[in-house]
Amino acid sequence: MGKVLVGIKRVIDYNVRVRVRPDGTGIVTDGVKMSINPFDEIALEEALRLRERGAADEVIVASLGPDDAQQQLRTALAMGADRAILVRADGAPEPMLAARALFALVQREQPTFVIVGKQAIDDDASQTGQLLAALWDRPQATFASKIELSGASARVTREVDAGLEVIDVDLPAVFTTDLRLNEPRYVKLPDIMKAKKKPLDVTDLATLGIDATPRQRVVRLEPPAQRQKGVIVKDAAELVAALKQKGLLA
Amino acid sequence: MNQVLVVAEHSAGRLNPATAKCVSCAAAIPDATIAVLVLAADGAAVAAQAAALNGVSRVLLASHPASEPALAAVLAPQIAKLAPGCSHVFGPSTTFGRDLMPRVAALLDAPQVSDVMAVDGAHRFRRPCYAGNAIATVEVDADRPVVATVRVASWQPAAAGGPAPVERVSADVALPAHTRFVSVSAGRNDRPDLQTAARVVSGGRALGSAENFALIQRFADRIAAAVGASRAAVDAGYAPNELQVGQTGKIIAPELYIAVGISGAIQHITGIKDARTIVAINKDPEAPIFEVADLGLVGDLFRIVPEIESLLAAS
Repeated sequence: MGKVLVGIKRVIDYNVRVRVRPDGTGIVTDGVKMSINPFDEIALEEALRLRERGAADEVIVASLGPDDAQQQLRTALAMGADRAILVRADGAPEPMLAARALFALVQREQPTFVIVGKQAIDDDASQTGQLLAALWDRPQATFASKIELSGASARVTREVDAGLEVIDVDLPAVFTTDLRLNEPRYVKLPDIMKAKKKPLDVTDLATLGIDATPRQRVVRLEPPAQRQKGVIVKDAAELVAALKQKGLLA
Repeated sequence: MNQVLVVAEHSAGRLNPATAKCVSCAAAIPDATIAVLVLAADGAAVAAQAAALNGVSRVLLASHPASEPALAAVLAPQIAKLAPGCSHVFGPSTTFGRDLMPRVAALLDAPQVSDVMAVDGAHRFRRPCYAGNAIATVEVDADRPVVATVRVASWQPAAAGGPAPVERVSADVALPAHTRFVSVSAGRNDRPDLQTAARVVSGGRALGSAENFALIQRFADRIAAAVGASRAAVDAGYAPNELQVGQTGKIIAPELYIAVGISGAIQHITGIKDARTIVAINKDPEAPIFEVADLGLVGDLFRIVPEIESLLAAS
């Protein structure tokens, strides 16, 4: 029996229409709803199911982020994680810092599984799980849509450009989750009350011995080029004529 | 002088078109000398294709039986071993590159820039974030190599050129056995490839069933287009996962994109906004897809699509 370590990131909620600040220094965050990165929520759900199937006995959830990320860790505890760790960091820490923080926790906790989302929906970098697997010198199974355990290894179905790829990885290993791995459970009110009593430790990068100096800096953010609004045609004949006129259909 | 190493993606002896786009991105680096690295079981045919890309000054061919089918844990240590001296290591932002390149970055202790859409300098890049709702200009340290994935929808493939010389190399490094390939299920391959097709027809939730989705496939075949799908259609089981277009699926830039019964969530728009012409067919006139469509037609797709087909057949 072993532990599962799940990395979660506090991000602007999936349903919020993100806007760039007019001065290009960042994103409008005032009064904006924050949530667990949806892919990380899937990672947590998978960890909880591993524990429920008897493949693990403890689910630890960790986040690198501001003090306010405790809200998302509490939500994760309410979903069913056993304990939480916040590694405090200001600003928008780059994926390598998240991977180093998780690696420090891996060395301390010795998990059998580490599960993170395949990407965070804010920076869309899609790096943390792979970076961690390399630092740890362990297998990675990215973009997972199915994880089956057999003894000391796992058989993972991955969503790749060609279709579905199946690989076997020895444990311990790092998994990153794709959308169709599972559907995360809803949090029930009594669980929110229970979660308040679960342990949530707070540490920081310096305590973990990690140099927080960034190696890449976002110097400007700008809104994307907008597409010109097009025209509405009245029927199929007009559409076909327009496409032929543009030379797009023969 | 910048030395850019481009990691080739290939399968069944064919170079993936994404690699030619990575070469174009590499050529945008000032004073760049470009080498393409082919890691394969044999790889001679792939190396020859890479050598024929304009701008490539040499191809490094590392043959090893463990390198095919490609596994990040097996390729990354070889790349890290062969990369010293390089200022940049590039791979495509396909699932191959997105899986592999961060592992390379960690081994090189180098920062990675994901999804490079524009090069503003040797250490300054632009990339999309927040599902394409913001474009970030990113600066990376110049005192170490830069690893990057190249957003293939943003770049044209390098033209034919060369041939550049092919050098056989060997990365003398222990390869792990902890990760093993089992199988890959590929869909139909007699249709144009979704990521490189000039025309794409995508279907959404409004198709209603896997049987009805055949309407999209038939229409796509009629106009020699690739088939795509919205996340909702894939989640509902109407289409396989490899057809998903959007923030978390494939990001494409065809000449013509026809969205049929797709409402146009921002995550879907992210995947198509570089298309030259977007056509939307949807019964809801308020659907957000019409905000980005060049040509929109409001109505019942089950009536309109066959009508378009018969109009094309008549002409």
